[in-house]
Amino acid sequence: MIGDTDDLWRRLGALTPARIGLGRAGAGLPTREVLKFGLAHAQARDAVHTAMDAAEVAAEIEALGLPTVTVTSRAEDRATYLRRPDYGRRLSPEGRTSLAEATHESVDLALVVADGLSARAVHEGAAAMLRAFKPHADNAGWRLAPVVIATQARVALGDEAAEALRARAVAVVIGERPGLSSPDSLGLYVTFDPKVGRSDAERNCISNVRPAGLSHDLAAFKLNWLLTQAFSRGLTGVGLKDESDRLIEAADSPEALAPPS
Amino acid sequence: MPYRHTVGPRTHVFADLATLMAKATPIRSGDCLAGIAAESAEENMAARWCLADVPLKEILARPLIPYEDDDVTRLILDDHDEAAFADIAHLTVGDFREFLLTATSETLARIAPGVTPEIAAAVSKIMRNQDLILVARKCRVVTKFRNTIGLPGTLAVRLQPNHPTDDPAGVTASILDGLSYGCGDAVIGINPVSDSIQTMAGLLRLFDGIIDRLEIPTQACVLTHVTTTLDAMNRGLPVDLVFQSIAGTQKANASFGVTLPILKEAHEAALALKRGSLGDNVMYFETGQGSALSADAHHGIDQQTLEARAYAVARRYRPLLVNTVVGFIGPEYLYDGKEIIRAGLEDHFCGKLMGVPLGVDVCYTNHAEADQDDMDTLLTLLGAAGCTYVMGIPGADDVMLNYQSTSFHDQLYIREVLGLKRAPEFEEWLARIGLTDATGTLLPGNAASRLISVAPELAA
Repeated sequence: MIGDTDDLWRRLGALTPARIGLGRAGAGLPTREVLKFGLAHAQARDAVHTAMDAAEVAAEIEALGLPTVTVTSRAEDRATYLRRPDYGRRLSPEGRTSLAEATHESVDLALVVADGLSARAVHEGAAAMLRAFKPHADNAGWRLAPVVIATQARVALGDEAAEALRARAVAVVIGERPGLSSPDSLGLYVTFDPKVGRSDAERNCISNVRPAGLSHDLAAFKLNWLLTQAFSRGLTGVGLKDESDRLIEAADSPEALAPPS
Repeated sequence: MPYRHTVGPRTHVFADLATLMAKATPIRSGDCLAGIAAESAEENMAARWCLADVPLKEILARPLIPYEDDDVTRLILDDHDEAAFADIAHLTVGDFREFLLTATSETLARIAPGVTPEIAAAVSKIMRNQDLILVARKCRVVTKFRNTIGLPGTLAVRLQPNHPTDDPAGVTASILDGLSYGCGDAVIGINPVSDSIQTMAGLLRLFDGIIDRLEIPTQACVLTHVTTTLDAMNRGLPVDLVFQSIAGTQKANASFGVTLPILKEAHEAALALKRGSLGDNVMYFETGQGSALSADAHHGIDQQTLEARAYAVARRYRPLLVNTVVGFIGPEYLYDGKEIIRAGLEDHFCGKLMGVPLGVDVCYTNHAEADQDDMDTLLTLLGAAGCTYVMGIPGADDVMLNYQSTSFHDQLYIREVLGLKRAPEFEEWLARIGLTDATGTLLPGNAASRLISVAPELAA
């Protein structure tokens, strides 16, 4: 009977990532489960509160052959960042100046790497994400601004950064709000004709980019699809539905995901 | 007309009633973000002293958003029950607090239709947590669909089997787990990833099949936009409850894509289905402090008062269930455990005082300064306050919405500590199928196996 029960919960447990079949000690959780939950929460908290190592992230990205420029938002520390989303959406005055000085002519695309709510996601995935995307950008022939590394930053900071860099579009690679089982998830936000005051309805989002979620290669493929559409149709947001999946489903060979040569 | 209160050498001036109520609100990050919170601890208390002297009649006479500009204001004033208000019409906010502390359950039920959200919010601002608990505990709000929710001494649970891809087998696994802990009397209610009618149809049929096969005296809900649910009803799909997120201003509701006429249409459509065997409370609403500010639709009014206005919207449609999702919106609205706990108690109190069946999603996100200990505290306080229902989520970890709430185990804890029962029909069902003893205590042994022996196809 015990064997049957274990077997049943193994089978049911394989059907969902939810924490089912935990067992109980009276009304409470078994000690093992209390500690597992506590550890997952600790990792999510650390993901939120660990400071981004901007120099290290910049070095990894420059190793890909992409120049970088580092800025901060108007939120001076994490506590301010969490209470004042409006500050996290704007560049510090120094940041605005350094971006204005970073380019001399307009470009097609600004790439912004932002800590968001998970520096861990950026540390572990941002450079790999750009490595996967670079061949798409090279192939399309897009002129790129230096990659902006932004701390205490929210998605909308990309609008002001791209405006200062005179870019036609911006792609923000940002650490997402960590879930209990996903402290390392990146989100990608694409905005055409970026400028201060753009609303979230004017962006497209690719979320859950992490080893256990959407792979860097697939995310790069989707990002390329969205940018190509954005440049050809002159918009992003609710008017542009992500139909890249149809392309993926239509071609059932793995080469379909490789950057076009 | 400005309000004034003098403390020693200083006179604090508050430009109007909205300013006074905002400044009197216990400090929270959302009001600070909106730039309307008290700027010092003394100003906060001066505003409470001043608010305590405001007559309830004056609050009624001075709508915070003009009648002409906002359909929620029109709803509040058009639905106001003058006869019910007569008992309290002579009171100030301060007197009203004392009236509530001494009132019987019968008196509170009688005045409920006369209590506007602004009156409920005003008095809550000068009440301590223990006042909010004590008065809410005396309020009786009973609703029915296939069972009876809200009886004294009971606490119901929404079984929330969310799944990152809406996979029917995965959802069923979470439902079996939850039922085996005796959860699901409030509703079996899922937040689907997809808002498509195809997803909704699949989930509605799945839930209807489980409730029917196991003969569970409960109701199901797929929490999609009201227009999708209307579509589902038009297609003849088995809809028990209509869900919608609502807020306290017309503009905030518009940001959710919802209007009062759409809610009325959906309410009438669900009533016409006559699927409730015991009663006809067919609506399920969710709310939460901060939603109006987040939609840039707050009119300079504090988030707690706006939250109470959402309960006036809910009240018009006689809902089975309403819950505030108290810590979900994030630390820019409620910063830490202290603010979340206070807000949960305020929301529950205001809802109950207005006659709304208020439950609470006791919850937080990972960027808030809160943890499961804070949730234990709030759950315990809400249990003492007679909260209508809480959420039951496997291991308290919602793997679809990425936040933490209360678990199947948490409801066992609060039942054991406070002796709270489930909805009586559901409690009888659990005993009948052999999951609990006559006192409602879970029996040892594998409950899921017992459920599957009744309906083996669920494990297939």
